[in-house]
Amino acid sequence: MSEEKRDTSSTPGKKTELDRRAFFVKLGLGSLSIAATGTAVFAYQFLSPNVLYEPSPIVNAGKPEGYPEDSVTLDVNSGIYLIHTREGFFALSAICTHLGCMTAWKPELGIIACPCHGSKFTREGIKTDGPAPRPLPWLRTWLSEDGDLMVDRSTTIRPMQFVRI
Amino acid sequence: MAKTINNYFDELRSTRVWRSVFRSGTGSSTLHRALAVQQNVFLHLFSTKVRRRMVSFSTTWYLGTLTFGTFLILVITGILLMLYYHPSVPQAYADTKDLQFVVSSGMFLRNLHRWSAHAMVFLVFAHMFKVFYRGAYRPPREFNWVIGVVLLLITLLLSYTGYLLPWDQLAFWAITVGSNIASAVPVLGNRVHFLMLGGNQVNANALLRFYVLHCVILPLAAILFIAVHFWRIRKDGGLYSHQTEPKTIVAQTTPAAAALAKDPQ
Repeated sequence: MSEEKRDTSSTPGKKTELDRRAFFVKLGLGSLSIAATGTAVFAYQFLSPNVLYEPSPIVNAGKPEGYPEDSVTLDVNSGIYLIHTREGFFALSAICTHLGCMTAWKPELGIIACPCHGSKFTREGIKTDGPAPRPLPWLRTWLSEDGDLMVDRSTTIRPMQFVRI
Repeated sequence: MAKTINNYFDELRSTRVWRSVFRSGTGSSTLHRALAVQQNVFLHLFSTKVRRRMVSFSTTWYLGTLTFGTFLILVITGILLMLYYHPSVPQAYADTKDLQFVVSSGMFLRNLHRWSAHAMVFLVFAHMFKVFYRGAYRPPREFNWVIGVVLLLITLLLSYTGYLLPWDQLAFWAITVGSNIASAVPVLGNRVHFLMLGGNQVNANALLRFYVLHCVILPLAAILFIAVHFWRIRKDGGLYSHQTEPKTIVAQTTPAAAALAKDPQ
């Protein structure tokens, strides 16, 4: 028995062939890595909630008559601006593109300003000052069948697309 | 002949119960004192013998020990605060206010927790600077420095996760801003943000996740790394202390410098 063992280990011509020990080591490492991958996938899926109890992204902003021309109205609860200009209505996200603070409309200066790190935006969302990397996004806005202004906070659109009534 | 307190202690130490708990035996010989440290589950992390210089105040300013002290205060006060705090959106803020104004000694415990947390962050940095400027991070202690960096990160994460729990405006916006910083991670940013908060915004899931991290996961990690950190002090040759400068250095310098050293003006 010991004679045979010595024979196989010292045969130089059989290097490409897997011996039993190397085969089991490979099998063990292979199954361990499969198990580790499975654990990682399991952990990731477990930690990502499948159902979220968050408010709906679609907001009913009410009748257009509630917004006089040349006005900027912030809804603090939904984090959007409803803006009525001569060209029409549009909705702007009030969440600063820098680090997610809620911005505020400054009527005396005619700008949107972020209290956290001093970013400033025009009424159209264009950044004029501060660290914000992007302009405030325009949100998809439409008129419902009942005549209410609807805003979808999860869908951004290209700027300057007004809702005309 | 009145018995002194020491006599009573000697009697206590020779009782069967005492001997069954502390197996190092009685006596004040060097061997017995060393055994008392070596055979204790908590103390055996440390050296059985240290040089007096190593434990003098000027060597370390006791900053590591003080940091550990604040950690112990935080664990004890934190467990007590957990008895009145519910990590849920409708209750968290009200519970915090109740702790301040309704619960007996609640204000004291909450403030003790808060100030100890500030002190711990300050002391961890002070400890790090002291180690750095003394050069105590150098081999063979370089791995203990790395463990120290991990402990610094755990301390900061404990501080950050605890910040959300009062569930007030300050907490909400601090975590909103902080979690948005995680979104800046290339490619995976939004995924990391989503996993961290358990959603797209700071809400019930985020509060619960931060609570579990703050009260279970991070403290356990801290305790584990603190144990290794203490044990490595012994393994790396004890606390680092300056060697006194050998006097022969003066003799090896130039004659003018040697003269100046001998008779400074």
